[in-house]
Amino acid sequence: MATGEEVKVLGYWSSPYALRVKWALKLKAVEFDYMEEDLTNKSALLLQLNPVHKKIPVLLHNGKPVAESLVIMEYVDETWKQNPLLPQHPHQRAIARFWAKFVDEKEGEEQEKAAKEAREHLKTLESGLEEGKPFFGGESIGFVDIAAAWIGVWGEITGEIVGIKLVDEEAMPLLTACFQAVLQTPLLKECLPPRAELLEHSKRFRQKLMAAAAAST
Amino acid sequence: MSEVKLFRTWSSPYALRIVWALELKGIDYETIFEDLSNKSQLLLQYNPVHKKVPVLVHNGKVISESLVIIEYIEDTWKDTPLLPEDPYERATARFWAKFNDDKLLPSIWQVFVTQGKEQEEAIPVATENLSFIEEDLKGKKFFGGQTIGLVDITIGWMANLISVFIEITGINLIDADKFPLLFGWMQNFSDVPVIKESWPPHDKLVIKFRAIRESYLSADVPK
Repeated sequence: MATGEEVKVLGYWSSPYALRVKWALKLKAVEFDYMEEDLTNKSALLLQLNPVHKKIPVLLHNGKPVAESLVIMEYVDETWKQNPLLPQHPHQRAIARFWAKFVDEKEGEEQEKAAKEAREHLKTLESGLEEGKPFFGGESIGFVDIAAAWIGVWGEITGEIVGIKLVDEEAMPLLTACFQAVLQTPLLKECLPPRAELLEHSKRFRQKLMAAAAAST
Repeated sequence: MSEVKLFRTWSSPYALRIVWALELKGIDYETIFEDLSNKSQLLLQYNPVHKKVPVLVHNGKVISESLVIIEYIEDTWKDTPLLPEDPYERATARFWAKFNDDKLLPSIWQVFVTQGKEQEEAIPVATENLSFIEEDLKGKKFFGGQTIGLVDITIGWMANLISVFIEITGINLIDADKFPLLFGWMQNFSDVPVIKESWPPHDKLVIKFRAIRESYLSADVPK
């Protein structure tokens, strides 16, 4: 890595989107400073760096901000060429981008929608995996694995709260194995938020959602 | 010989951006028009996940999701690049393309399919999104700089649909005083020969979108 390169990540401890950025940088052994944002009291820096969305994650590279986690991942992949996240072949790249987008769209929805629908989406995602290849990226962790593996964490947490197994080993064996393999990788595991705190946070988030739903009926 | 097929509808903004990408790069392709009320077996087979258009099939390989398709086209045919070379500029372009699909287009659509109080509330949201985009045009003729690029073809739907929306609702979101750069850009974009040649017929668009607006207004569709 070039000396004098300044890489900062503005994130939030429980955000899967911030996690993607951390994972991408870690897999490429890019050193970075992590700055935790208080989302209830957003910093002037965040509002300046991402005036359009005012959201994390934001990557700051030599003073230039990049926002939107998948856009950041593409930027990271193009800037630091070691351990490529996207495959070389255009069609394979298209498939990876397709699944990453799918995860992005459905992950947002899944927070609020019924478990049944979430499971359907996960079964669809399973179809993106090939028997005999441990990751979406093939033999090694790639773009989609980074984008999606959080679902393994969140699925477990949600399962504990609502009592429904979302990432079901029987219905989605390849997906289950893939997520486990990613989440157990030491380099990536060390970035995960502490489980107990995450559980509490998710419970509170769920309560807020339910209260909001009740208030609007 | 390379075989490229594009499954699309005649009017969709998502379809048009693919047409423009292919045309700008001089790629030969076949168009298959889909009737979304009666989707072909072929489409359902090619895009089982979303069952949507546009879908590109290149030598039998299927790609769906319009921005993913454009990146594929860019990766495969290197002439007339739609993205800049510099990674930071590429990230900026991707950011604005995503912004169009996630925020800008839906917010303008929301103005178009509502009326009364709901519409009044939708207008400032659309206006704010437009002001963000206006910023990016500063010092440039096109979003892509001197020539059109990814962001131009992604947002390009505005250059012809805005006039359709004005005709139907009487509301002009892109006022020349308020958004001088966007206003100028719409004209410059429309004047590019490849773009001009592929505009869907205005009258047909008015009929179609008027019907869509009517159906939204008459249905009790919660948004």
